[in-house]
Amino acid sequence: MELNSLDFGPVWLTLQLAGVTVVILLVIGTPMAWWLAHTQSKMRVGIEAVVALPLVLPPTVLGFYLLIMLGPNGWIGGPVQALTGAPLSFTFAGLVFASTLYSLPFVVQPLQSNFESLGNVPLETAASLGASRWDAFFSVILPLSRRGYLTATVLGFAHTLGEFGVVLMVGGNIPGKTKVISIEIYDRVEVLEYTQAHILSASLLLFSFLVLVMVYSINKKLPVHVS
Amino acid sequence: MTEFLKAAFKVDYPGFNLDVDLKLPASGITVVFGPSGSGKTTLLRCLAGLEKSGRMEIAGKVWQDENVFIPVNKRAIGMVFQEARLFPHLNVRENLLYGYKRTPLGLRKLHLEEVVRVLALENLLQRGIEKLSGGEKQRVALGRALLTSPQILLMDEPLAALDTQRKTEIIPFIRKIEKELSIPIIYVTHSMSEVLQLVDTMVILKNGKVVDCGPVEKVFSDIHLRDAIGDQHSGAVLDTTVLEHDTEFGITRLDFMGQELSVPIQNINPGQELRVHIHSKDVSLATQPPEGLTSVLNILKTKVKKIGKNVGYSVDIELDAGRPLLATITRKSLSNLNLQPGQSIFAFIKAIRMVHDSENI
Repeated sequence: MELNSLDFGPVWLTLQLAGVTVVILLVIGTPMAWWLAHTQSKMRVGIEAVVALPLVLPPTVLGFYLLIMLGPNGWIGGPVQALTGAPLSFTFAGLVFASTLYSLPFVVQPLQSNFESLGNVPLETAASLGASRWDAFFSVILPLSRRGYLTATVLGFAHTLGEFGVVLMVGGNIPGKTKVISIEIYDRVEVLEYTQAHILSASLLLFSFLVLVMVYSINKKLPVHVS
Repeated sequence: MTEFLKAAFKVDYPGFNLDVDLKLPASGITVVFGPSGSGKTTLLRCLAGLEKSGRMEIAGKVWQDENVFIPVNKRAIGMVFQEARLFPHLNVRENLLYGYKRTPLGLRKLHLEEVVRVLALENLLQRGIEKLSGGEKQRVALGRALLTSPQILLMDEPLAALDTQRKTEIIPFIRKIEKELSIPIIYVTHSMSEVLQLVDTMVILKNGKVVDCGPVEKVFSDIHLRDAIGDQHSGAVLDTTVLEHDTEFGITRLDFMGQELSVPIQNINPGQELRVHIHSKDVSLATQPPEGLTSVLNILKTKVKKIGKNVGYSVDIELDAGRPLLATITRKSLSNLNLQPGQSIFAFIKAIRMVHDSENI
């Protein structure tokens, strides 16, 4: 078995998927986490449970429902097909959608606990100095939340990187479109191409390790803000 | 008293309610005094617009009522809290300018140079927050609040977290702000020593209700307020002017409403003001000036104003010495002297405390 038969397409695709997913998660996760940290609504418990569901559900269960939802007759896939001519299942966009749901708690929870630990004090202080809520969020809350955002980004990225079950259910195994690294490894093992499986696994291992080392060293340099 | 701030708030929390109706003056330091749980902080939060309740107007402009509610960030208030609450990601200068930048140009009356000078912050400007002492942090927090050019400064136990030395370091700055920048201050505290040093108008809160509200000299000598003020502080707060120092005997002579008082020598220039506190138990009474010599240096000519209720063997007598003065004497002495309201009487003062020696209060 030759090394040059190794295709790095899945690696690139995986990084793209994880990157796009994390960006989307940070954008939608911030208001969700903010709401959860500050609301007194009775809905809070329910919403918190929904956000945490991907932590406990087997990925295949989540994948199964997503497959139905994103398919040609699903309540998301249907309209999308009517609009674009193709359903979301077995596409990169479908994978992004699935990954966003699957990694949601890994971004929302660190942000939520970060906002909770900051409490109301910085907001009230900023307000007493004339800052509107938006202004206070960007000028005070965000800079004080660097650690929280770093943790959320890394966890969200790493978790998307390693997903398997959901991708297999929703994305199938289409090279260049939905064939991500974890599935590629599985494929190689299936056909007993252990060398390739080794190389891919080892590079994923090394990559994950390096990212974590980088994160922890940045984290150490960031000042701790105790309110 | 020009009424500047009118406020009526009703707040109901489980186990606590605040129900106040206040009218406060346009100048000076108003101290809101009361034990913890009396509603001081809640009152301040209502004034700041951090709690929605009741109505309030300031300088003729309604800030909140049934229809109007100006949010915190649109109110011309400065707030200083128990903890300095500086923003840790900004340095001293950036902290100071945070509110300034957010104050509309036309409303900026105070500027960085002036505030830095008044609060002596010159050497701190480029420093990070974590390198400041507790007292320095509070001074920066004060400056930051002032730089929003507030119509009123709200201070919530700003010295409670500091040790005695730091407290004495900050108090003159608070007086200076009120005097030099003419910003009225509402100051919440449960510390009597801070009250004595700062207060012009006093609001006493208890269980969410106003027990009394009035100028300091009246409140401290009010025989009905003995419980609220506390036995050990009931008496009189007198504002005097330093006349001269007698270095030979180590004495500073003070002018009080045309009469003279002597205290141990003070490091204060003649002409300056000095506030003193006289405990009611340190005042004895005599119908005649002493014949011959007496070791008591301080004798004031007064009139009997009111005779209080008997408490055990003693009774409080409210005197008029130009300003109110309180004396606690025995019931036996009251009977011997046969005191009547309106009668002239000599008050022998055995001890005078300087309010800035907070240790002694």
